[in-house]
Amino acid sequence: MAPTEIHGDVRTEEFLLNMGPQHPSTHGVLRVVVRTDGELVLEAIPHVGYLHRCFEKCSENSTMKAVVPYTDRMDYLAAMCNNITYSLAAEKLLGWEKLIPRKTTIVRTLLFELQRIASHLMSVGTYGLDVGAITPFLHCFRERERLLEIFEEISGQRLNYSYVYPGGFQYPWPDAINKKIKAFLVYFEDRIKEYNELLSYNGIFVERTSGIGVLPPDMAADYGCTGPMLRGSGVARDLRWDQPYLVYDELKKEGVFQVRYYGDRMPNPADQMVKWELGVKGDCWSRYMVRAGELEQSRRMCLACLAKLEKLTDADKEAGAVSVIKEADKQYLAPKGQEAYFKCENPRGELAYYLVGDGKANAYRVKARAPSFNNLQVLTEISRGAMVADLVAIIGSIDIVLGEVDR
Amino acid sequence: MQFKEVAAILKEKHGDAIVSQDETRRDPFVVVKPASIVAVARTLRDDPRLRYDHLSLVSAVDYPKEKPPTIEVVYHVDSLSLNHPFVFKVRLPRESPKVPTLLNVWRTSDWHERESWDLMGVEFEGHPNLTRILCAEDWVGHPLRKDYKWPVEYHGVPCGPFAKEGVNIPPDWEQEGFTTRKE
Repeated sequence: MAPTEIHGDVRTEEFLLNMGPQHPSTHGVLRVVVRTDGELVLEAIPHVGYLHRCFEKCSENSTMKAVVPYTDRMDYLAAMCNNITYSLAAEKLLGWEKLIPRKTTIVRTLLFELQRIASHLMSVGTYGLDVGAITPFLHCFRERERLLEIFEEISGQRLNYSYVYPGGFQYPWPDAINKKIKAFLVYFEDRIKEYNELLSYNGIFVERTSGIGVLPPDMAADYGCTGPMLRGSGVARDLRWDQPYLVYDELKKEGVFQVRYYGDRMPNPADQMVKWELGVKGDCWSRYMVRAGELEQSRRMCLACLAKLEKLTDADKEAGAVSVIKEADKQYLAPKGQEAYFKCENPRGELAYYLVGDGKANAYRVKARAPSFNNLQVLTEISRGAMVADLVAIIGSIDIVLGEVDR
Repeated sequence: MQFKEVAAILKEKHGDAIVSQDETRRDPFVVVKPASIVAVARTLRDDPRLRYDHLSLVSAVDYPKEKPPTIEVVYHVDSLSLNHPFVFKVRLPRESPKVPTLLNVWRTSDWHERESWDLMGVEFEGHPNLTRILCAEDWVGHPLRKDYKWPVEYHGVPCGPFAKEGVNIPPDWEQEGFTTRKE
């Protein structure tokens, strides 16, 4: 006869727990249906779509230039990156790559990296908040505020910039801002050390986040994870490095942009960040540290871009002063039957736009490949067997933006 | 590896399955027969010369005016180690777009295929959970089809540009004295 009572077993009845859609730790309107057994998570199934705003349908019905403000609302923490990626995709479709002035390209790289710092500050700060550390959040927002001020001066907006358009910019680049950006970047160097002391190497934080939500590298690749999710698992993949766009190729050759994680390529031993051992275990702390490491990486790239801007000849400066190239002033039509796919390394991973033209001012089909949409898929796998309290830490470490998941 | 070499390897292994290839586009692509898509995908993933281990995007495009009316499903793949992006497509009849799922090749396609079903109505055979993902569960129709008709209302909430009669119907702006912008 089978025993009716098992002693020493912690299992209890299964219980279905509904987390969200209105839950502060889900970073937006995400609903996770959790099947629990006592304190254990047996299965966590994410349900998305609460923020679906028909981005693709709207884009089919507006001109290619009018789509740019919609892209802001996708990933609202990295709006500039969305603008730039969409613009690059549209330029690829229209065949304008060679027409873009050098100054525009450098400024776009600068904006891309500044936006990455702003986005990672948000991610690092709120991740501390998720696991119970309030101070680093306030410190991160102090610096993010300075960045938003810079963006406000450039574009007139604090969050949804709509600054970069196919062909150039909405407004000409204000050259006086370069000094301000440089002052911020110099000030920012010591702040990164401050975050590391406060949060990254804090014993409580490391205990809390290491060893949970472990994502093996082969599973990360299989599920289409990109960005810090994939690099946290030790796979050396960065589109800025592997398939360079904008001026990342030059930054790579100059040695400003170095890969700072273990993988199939060995890191540069001269680099101080090697000792962080980024992305070895693929747990929540590894993913966090990839982001914290990229703060310094992006800071150096921004400084290099500023140096490049200073070195420009007068002719280059003049060409870049025009906000939009001449082609864009004419009515431009997406070539019939032509299609373009362009991908960039967003702060959250591989962001891409797929555009199909049919000879009209509207694109026939616009499709966005959102990094968070793919990264979120793996939640069910990495949260299996975790504690309920750790689920919040795991969701935080994926760094999702629901505006982008639901589009 | 260039597009031509990848296409040549595919042709060598699956001669009949490759319907056509087009190199005039910004991203050249091959068109694959729907029935043999799983075999082609496995070759792309497992061949040591190709190693496409990263499915970037699954998207569907509706062409109602083509003869015969077609829905294209476009797969963008990439290799994390070799860095040579590649595009392949399947063309499906618009009345009953059915294609085998690639869930067992790349797990990424799970949510992507659900999205294509939800918004475009492409049926992925063999997908274990082909339900709506972005729209509500009881939504009717597939919104990204070119001939999609807006519903009048959804659970009593007027929606779409022409909602309930007498409500939300825009006037003829030109008659009202407004200037309308035409593209």
